[in-house]
Amino acid sequence: MSGRKLTALALAGALLGAGLASVAGAQTVVGVTATEIKIGNTNPYSGPASAYGTIGKTIAAYFKKVNDEGGVNGRKINFITYDDAYTPPKAVEMVRKLVEQDQVAALFQTLGTPTNTAIHKYVNQAKVPHLFVATGATKWDDPKNFPWTMGFQPNYQTEGRVYAAYILKNIPDAKVGILFQNDDYGKDYVKGMEDGLGAAASKMIVLKQSYETTDPTIDSQIINLKNSGANVFFNVTIPKFAVQAIKKAHDIGWKPTHFLNNVSSSFATVLKPAGLDASKDLITALYTKITTDPQWKNDKGLQDWIVFMKKYYPDGSLEDDSNFFGYSAAILMTQVLKQCGNDLSRENIMRQAQNLKDFDLPFLLPGIKVNTSPTDHAPIQQERLAKFNGEHWVLFGELFDAFHK
Amino acid sequence: MSLTRRASLVLAIAVIALGFSLPFYMSGFRLFQYTQVCIYAIALMGLNLLTGYNGQFSLGHGAFYAVGAYISAIMMDRWNINYAWTIPVAGLLCLIVGFVFGRPALRLEGLYLALATFSLALAVPQILKYFEHWTGGSQGIVLTKPKAPWGLKITEDQWLYLVTFAITVVMFILAANLVRSRVGRAMVAIRDNHIAAETMGVDSALYKSLTFGVSAGYTGVAGALSAIAVAYVAPDSFNVFLSVTFLIGIVIGGLGSIWGNVLGALFIQFVPNWAQDISKAAPWAIFGVFLISFMYAMPYGIAGALKKLWISRVVSRVFQKQGGERAPSKQAQSQIR
Repeated sequence: MSGRKLTALALAGALLGAGLASVAGAQTVVGVTATEIKIGNTNPYSGPASAYGTIGKTIAAYFKKVNDEGGVNGRKINFITYDDAYTPPKAVEMVRKLVEQDQVAALFQTLGTPTNTAIHKYVNQAKVPHLFVATGATKWDDPKNFPWTMGFQPNYQTEGRVYAAYILKNIPDAKVGILFQNDDYGKDYVKGMEDGLGAAASKMIVLKQSYETTDPTIDSQIINLKNSGANVFFNVTIPKFAVQAIKKAHDIGWKPTHFLNNVSSSFATVLKPAGLDASKDLITALYTKITTDPQWKNDKGLQDWIVFMKKYYPDGSLEDDSNFFGYSAAILMTQVLKQCGNDLSRENIMRQAQNLKDFDLPFLLPGIKVNTSPTDHAPIQQERLAKFNGEHWVLFGELFDAFHK
Repeated sequence: MSLTRRASLVLAIAVIALGFSLPFYMSGFRLFQYTQVCIYAIALMGLNLLTGYNGQFSLGHGAFYAVGAYISAIMMDRWNINYAWTIPVAGLLCLIVGFVFGRPALRLEGLYLALATFSLALAVPQILKYFEHWTGGSQGIVLTKPKAPWGLKITEDQWLYLVTFAITVVMFILAANLVRSRVGRAMVAIRDNHIAAETMGVDSALYKSLTFGVSAGYTGVAGALSAIAVAYVAPDSFNVFLSVTFLIGIVIGGLGSIWGNVLGALFIQFVPNWAQDISKAAPWAIFGVFLISFMYAMPYGIAGALKKLWISRVVSRVFQKQGGERAPSKQAQSQIR
């Protein structure tokens, strides 16, 4: 009898086990096996923006390093990256290939505003994590409508708010004149400034002038801004026009507190051509260490990166900040996978991406940290102001946090 | 009905049957790729009418493709017009634009025309940004994919593919009839010797601009379909390289050949992807190697090579029957082109 009972017990046990196994099997996890996690990416390896393609190469090199060191929780990262040539139709095709054929667990650092816009709806319908996209547009931080998409770097609106916060605090009698490029980039900055100034915006902003990229000069706009009596100049221009604006303001003897957008903060392409004297005392917002800036020579994060580059991506330039950027982004992705533990379902990957708390990345300025939450899909939102002393940018003042006060 | 004619009819029916059966054994992403192939095929047909049949060069067909795409996108986005209506409108407007552009371009021949059209390809993406109110500037316009109507139980991808394929078939039949008609003969006559054609009473100026218009119209239809299939338009979708891609397509496929456009479309859709699979580091070098070997092995394009193969087989069979020599006659060889 006892023999039979045992058999019955064993059978019941086996059935239960099988039942449990089938339940577990029902939650198939896409793109993940016992030994591998598939991560998908598109980058412009050819076409007009191919200079950015080095970001994808750096990321691939970093994941190779992770795999060489044993992977994440015992799983190797299989990083699949395709060329989209910076064209939206190709991006759609390649991302669909990644999702439907390669069956990646998540998309990571897909690069470009138009390319990501083209796949935005699709990835959210397919419920694929679309993490840390490499673009400065503001729309990636919209968890209500696009819960599967998450930005990475500070967006233009954030930067506008940083300047606004400084103005409110330090220049109470500010009369702000704005010069901006008449497109989404320019308008994003202006919106950030206006939102940041809040109720004071209508009083403080005395004149807004716009230009088109096809305009030959912006001299008349600068003269109008001077004549408006503005004592603060918010300069939202791309490098070519930034040079003109800095020069012209200097030539006509207009000396406002001059905020220059980060887009044009390059020493080589803007400040030097505009004249170092004319550029003195410009203020901009920074969030990353500049690899060529001597003040970071002994920085641990930068040195680790150089060691990594020499071993895993020797062809990559050590003077290209994009490589530092890709390296840092890959570290963040690895952190998300680490946090996932053994549950690498898309839901959990998203949950962990939304659960980054005060995480430090090597390319961030001291004090700036990555923070996300289910209602905050903008990982980097802090910036620091820097003043140009005639030779290089000097950080000053405290950290500005555009949203979390 | 000649042997070649009958064979190409059988081939056409087989391809159409195959095309319509595709959605029943292919997944979404693959179907999307074949939708793109159909779209490219229509665009190549347009360019081939101009270059292959009429002998006018264009490096600017990406511009008409863009205009078609934006017309469709703006109509859907601004006025909520059903996507189906936007396709003929895009085609018609592009036809008019092409005809109007074709008139002054008449004064330009060969390389000069190629450069003039190239300027179109360069200018259009920037012009699109300028009319931001309509075009959404550099951010473009995000569209919604059409759903299958009448409660059909098929996915958006399947429906879109079927619509695109059906339009492709219609456009190809129209083009095949056009090139066999009086107008088509006039087009070819202008290509081969425009002075002789004019002596025969062909209005060279009219036919040239008409061909330009029809060519632009075809490309416009393709552009409109691409806007619907990708569900997004932006200036970056229509860079200069697109126009070059079209040229590659018709040359590889076969100038002055209807089937060549299908083969060319397959080439420009899939070969860059294969090149990428072979080498991540230098996909365009691999693509270049493909291009050169194709040009070397098949100077008249894939369609030209296949036709040559077919003719030499038929001729040799005929000669074998007659017990004559195997070499194809001069006349048969001249048909190859």
